Amino acid sequence: MKTIADLACPTPLPTKDTVLLGHGSGGKLSGDLVRQIFLPAFQNPLLARLDDQAVFSINGSRLALTTDSFVVKPLFFPGGDIGSLAVHGTINDLAMGGAWPLYLSAAFILEEGLSLEVLRRVVNSMRGAADRAGVEIVTGDTKVVERGSGDQLFITTTGVGVVPDGVTLSADRARPGDKVLLSGFLGDHGIAILAQREGLEFESPVCSDSAALHTLVATMLKVPGELRCMRDPTRGGLSSTLNELATQSDVGIELMESEIPVHEEVRGACEMLGLDPLYVANEGKLVAIVEPSAATEILALMRQHPLGRDAHVIGTVTEANAGLVTMRTGLGTTRIVDMLTGDQLPRIC
Amino acid sequence: MKYIDEYRDGRIARALATQLAECCTRPWVLMEICGGQTHTIMRYGLEELLPKGVELVHGPGCPVCVTPLETIDKALALAEMPEVTLVSYGDMLRVPGSHADLFRAKAKGADVRIAYSPTEAVRLARTLPERKVVFLAIGFETTAPANAMAAWMAKRERLKNFSLLVSHVLVPPAIRALMASPENRVQGFIAPGHVCTVMGCGEYEALARDFRIPIVVGGFEPVDLLEAVLLLVKQLEAGEARVENQYVRSVSYEGNHHARQVIGEVFEVADQKWRGIGMIRQSGLRLRAEYAEYDANRVFGLAPITTAEPAECISAQVLQGLRKPTDCPAFGMRCTPENPLGAPMVSSEGACAAYYHYRRHAHAS
Repeated sequence: MKTIADLACPTPLPTKDTVLLGHGSGGKLSGDLVRQIFLPAFQNPLLARLDDQAVFSINGSRLALTTDSFVVKPLFFPGGDIGSLAVHGTINDLAMGGAWPLYLSAAFILEEGLSLEVLRRVVNSMRGAADRAGVEIVTGDTKVVERGSGDQLFITTTGVGVVPDGVTLSADRARPGDKVLLSGFLGDHGIAILAQREGLEFESPVCSDSAALHTLVATMLKVPGELRCMRDPTRGGLSSTLNELATQSDVGIELMESEIPVHEEVRGACEMLGLDPLYVANEGKLVAIVEPSAATEILALMRQHPLGRDAHVIGTVTEANAGLVTMRTGLGTTRIVDMLTGDQLPRIC
Repeated sequence: MKYIDEYRDGRIARALATQLAECCTRPWVLMEICGGQTHTIMRYGLEELLPKGVELVHGPGCPVCVTPLETIDKALALAEMPEVTLVSYGDMLRVPGSHADLFRAKAKGADVRIAYSPTEAVRLARTLPERKVVFLAIGFETTAPANAMAAWMAKRERLKNFSLLVSHVLVPPAIRALMASPENRVQGFIAPGHVCTVMGCGEYEALARDFRIPIVVGGFEPVDLLEAVLLLVKQLEAGEARVENQYVRSVSYEGNHHARQVIGEVFEVADQKWRGIGMIRQSGLRLRAEYAEYDANRVFGLAPITTAEPAECISAQVLQGLRKPTDCPAFGMRCTPENPLGAPMVSSEGACAAYYHYRRHAHAS
């Protein structure tokens, strides 16, 4: 072997010049895309808040507006499909701003060759999801691309809702001492999709948690104490969501590993695939940061709602470690819960 | 979850930490070989539970980190061939080659796919007869049986459109090289449990004897690692230098006979270059002559290339446990997982990435 002085080292990569899959992971690369490309181009104060929705006043009414695209593969999975997901996802982005959803639009990009039967199933599922949530899909658009230029079916939904007076939720409002509440089990959606894609089988199948959260939110808003902010930890999982909140509020967040609920099947799948449930997508969960004095009451109300039955206080906002999320492990030690860099990759061994 | 929960149990971990504190009278420098073990140590903050004098340094056992730049450049060249479907373990896609990585090649149109197992690549070759499927077969002894199995299956099926780009490394020669280095500080090794599941413990006896150093085969959960450290410290305090097996639920002394058999049938031991460390004699595996038709180097007439790596980062010292990732002036500043200067910042098993993801709060103040 050579002496240490002669040892070679790897080289840096040239600057990034193309879109990578990791840019869509909801982690750091997605954030870079927003900050470096979209924010400078569209700059305005509403966008700069970087919330899941924009909230603005028109003639004295406070409205929330949001949009989301859905490119899930497979189109149908245990617990849902791309149609119901497209309705729930946009409703949830409105609800995270405290808004009550009213109307949705739906735009479809269809690949040449898609079976009309598949399209019909998806559209019926959207209708069912909208009916159950009490919203209407009132406008839309359709485009068809050549075979090979899309993957069967992409859906974009846009939603409008009304924000009740006195409700101001924003990612920059977390304060030291606040409590972090999670509405239920983590990782079900991501693992349901992955299991379907990879052909994994479980004794009891993992179902996506896809659900509309606005009624749960409305329940939580009944408590007079202050709800600072809410997010639904979708792509990038709980860790990416909390990292964004920690950065935007310039506070630390300390989680308690033992308080974070994860189903046994999801843990097992994550162990096998080398994934961390904290980074796996959810489609029917919310994380809320609330004033400490209101935490107990809000938690009790959440637990009375079917979508909040397994809610837990999972952590505390701290002054220390501003901009970072840390976790007290089951061993009593502390570690960082970092933001996802790209896609979570399966490990080699 | 059985075999997981009891090895992450806080009470058991703290009891081991107490025992360790009681039996440790002097400072000791221990090395865990495997990147998976480094990852657990960082993720669970195990250093917080060790007596002050016990220092863990991190070894070269990150398969992605030590795969030579030449292999990645060859894989990139293969991926850019229009007729080639390049299949790899996911971790490899982000590792920087000289000019790009496989993710970027994929973004630019190359047919690059992730597989959990090399036999998936064989299946792909079977279903895509018009494509030339190449599997990037890297790793330690752990991945060698599956990689060998892929070659064995392809040969049995007489597949004409499947080949392997092999870059395999072996643990015992690396330990020997580390111990022979004049800068070595390591006084005890935690040997990699999964490598030993395949190979057994026998080949570590000579190392323990020749260098008078205790070696404990360790698992990958926090309780495994604390127990392995305890066994090492007990030996060191008593002046012993034996091979011990902590990971008995997975490792037998003889290893896995069938796995070793298929490795022996397909591969032979050869000199091997390690990224960051350099050439180590008889430290790798290559395809035997009987499997030459499955060697991508030969199928595609790849000329041997030598790529010079400029000294931009200290990964060579990190991979040998001579420096900690946080000793590097670029750590967390110019070198981050998004903009890695070296492979240990890329892989989930790389020491620099483990420090960055889990421990940088401890070093911030």
